[in-house]
Amino acid sequence: MSLLEIRGISKIYGNVNALRNVDMTVEQGEWLAVMGPSGSGKTTMMNIIGCMDKPSEGTVLLDGIDISTESARNLTSIRRDKIGLIFQQFHLINYLTALENVMVAQYYHSMPDEKEALQALDRVGLLARAKHLPSQLSGGEQQRVCIARALINYPMLVLADEPTGNLDEANEEIVLDIFRKLHEEGITIVVVTHDPEVAQEAQRTVILEHGRIARIVVNESGKGQEGE
Amino acid sequence: MFWRLVNGALFRQKGKMLMIAFTIALGASLATAMLNVMLDVGDKVNRELKTYGANINVIPKEASLLDDLYGVDEGSGVSDRYLQESEMGRLKTIFWAFNIVDFAPYLDAKIRMPESEDAIRLVGTWFANRLELPTGESLDTGIRNMKSWWTVDGEWLSDGDTDAAMVGRLLADRAGLSVGDRLSVSLGDKERNLTVKGIFDAGSEEDERVYVPLPIAQEMAGRAGLVTGVEVSALTTPDNELSRRAAQNPNSLSVKDWETWYCTAYVSAICYQIEEVLTDSVAKPIRQVAESEGAILEKTQLLMLLITVLSLAGAALGISNLVTASVMERSREIGLLKALGANNAPISWLVLTEILITGVIGGVIGYFVGLGFAQIIGQTVFDAAINIKPMVIPLVAILVFLVTLAGSIPSIRLLLSLRPAEVLHGR
Repeated sequence: MSLLEIRGISKIYGNVNALRNVDMTVEQGEWLAVMGPSGSGKTTMMNIIGCMDKPSEGTVLLDGIDISTESARNLTSIRRDKIGLIFQQFHLINYLTALENVMVAQYYHSMPDEKEALQALDRVGLLARAKHLPSQLSGGEQQRVCIARALINYPMLVLADEPTGNLDEANEEIVLDIFRKLHEEGITIVVVTHDPEVAQEAQRTVILEHGRIARIVVNESGKGQEGE
Repeated sequence: MFWRLVNGALFRQKGKMLMIAFTIALGASLATAMLNVMLDVGDKVNRELKTYGANINVIPKEASLLDDLYGVDEGSGVSDRYLQESEMGRLKTIFWAFNIVDFAPYLDAKIRMPESEDAIRLVGTWFANRLELPTGESLDTGIRNMKSWWTVDGEWLSDGDTDAAMVGRLLADRAGLSVGDRLSVSLGDKERNLTVKGIFDAGSEEDERVYVPLPIAQEMAGRAGLVTGVEVSALTTPDNELSRRAAQNPNSLSVKDWETWYCTAYVSAICYQIEEVLTDSVAKPIRQVAESEGAILEKTQLLMLLITVLSLAGAALGISNLVTASVMERSREIGLLKALGANNAPISWLVLTEILITGVIGGVIGYFVGLGFAQIIGQTVFDAAINIKPMVIPLVAILVFLVTLAGSIPSIRLLLSLRPAEVLHGR
């Protein structure tokens, strides 16, 4: 069974059809990229997959649960237990240290565990910066804190929205390297990106245009295939 | 982690939190001041009003009947019914004994003076009589306290004076009397020479009278141990429908109403209790005084209450605006917490805790500032310190809590409506 199964979802905001009859699946352990120009529906799709929004039509099954019909409270619970969110703007709490920013996610999930949070920071190479405030960290470091926070509760699915959008090349490479390791560990990753180089790292790239899937590119060691 | 989040929010937004604390402090200070004054103003206003004289007149039953039937003043000397002076101490044994501030028995007699063709009214009374109460306590009571508006040339009499009198201004002018003069008075075949120790100006018909210590009047009238009536000054609760019904006929009340009425310091209840302890007496409220006292007190307290309510409503509005602004400013942070899996309840609790901590700080500061305000009001308006009422502390605490909570409702509603997708992704 696929980890994520999207069947005919549409999302309408007033007169705007942000998504139109989208079908898509993400397998367990897969690395999927979602690409498309601005206004193509990428963020809407991420919000729906991330249990932060519900489709106007269609069904979304995450780990067998139909998240298109769940209450807001249940969606919060599913998001907390199954999804790790990574944001382009990092969204770190600026009065908490890197360590505390990671522990916040633990606090709302179960119990804060400093040792485990330090291990998560170590995993992204930031153990030495654990006691620093976000304002004392570079953009790349902040994004790595964000990744550590997303990973701290062992999510089934890591959902990243333009994770390298605000980073320079060197930091982009560091972040992608972390993603590669996560993929090797079997973590399912969905990355929304503008950047073809980032998308190229994924196994498949879903290209959205005007709220529809224009094509799906399979990136397998130069064996990329295109399809509807 | 919870307290780290609270702490961080408090310090990061210290400007805003200080404004919230200031708003709460302002509301709490006004509430503290007004509640303290309001709870103390009853005594203060009553004591102030007590300086304008008695509000209850007690006379013998038959004298009251004559008054009711024929409009004959009980002091005209037409009644041969009297009250017992020895029973006066019982006034301080009634249920509302503490509310009996002062009282003065009096004995009226018609006397003759060589300087005047008409009969003159002689009033024997207590001036500041030391009374040993049945309870073992002692009390100084008499007209010196009750007629505090009298202006006296010379000096007040003392109850031990045996040949001294105070003469009303009009009578003194007509008879050409001045302080230190000798005054000859006669009643029947009894004659006494008294020294004019003081000439008083009461601004009423009392200015035509001669006042002497009670024993002198009793001796001249041959009524030892008897008095014509008693003027009583009592602290009373403003009348309401129950007290008006009771004043007409206490026996018409239900048992529950009767108990409520009896155990409330209505002037009618105090009159009833006085009649219970003084043999064959009728206690009548001096309506105008009693009612205006009640009305003034009621209006003063209503004014205080209104100021308290308005100040708290103002504080609630201020808190509401400030907290809503704070939540809007922190919408991304709150959205992030929701995205990380926080439900509405823990986030609401987080924001409420921040506001309540600010409220406690503001409330404590406001309470002490309010005590200062209360003293300023006390000194300015009543020329006396306001007694600090401990019961104001829980009252203010509850009010601050409720106002802070009420002021937080709009922001909590806003917080609940925040959707992480909207605040984090602008959608």
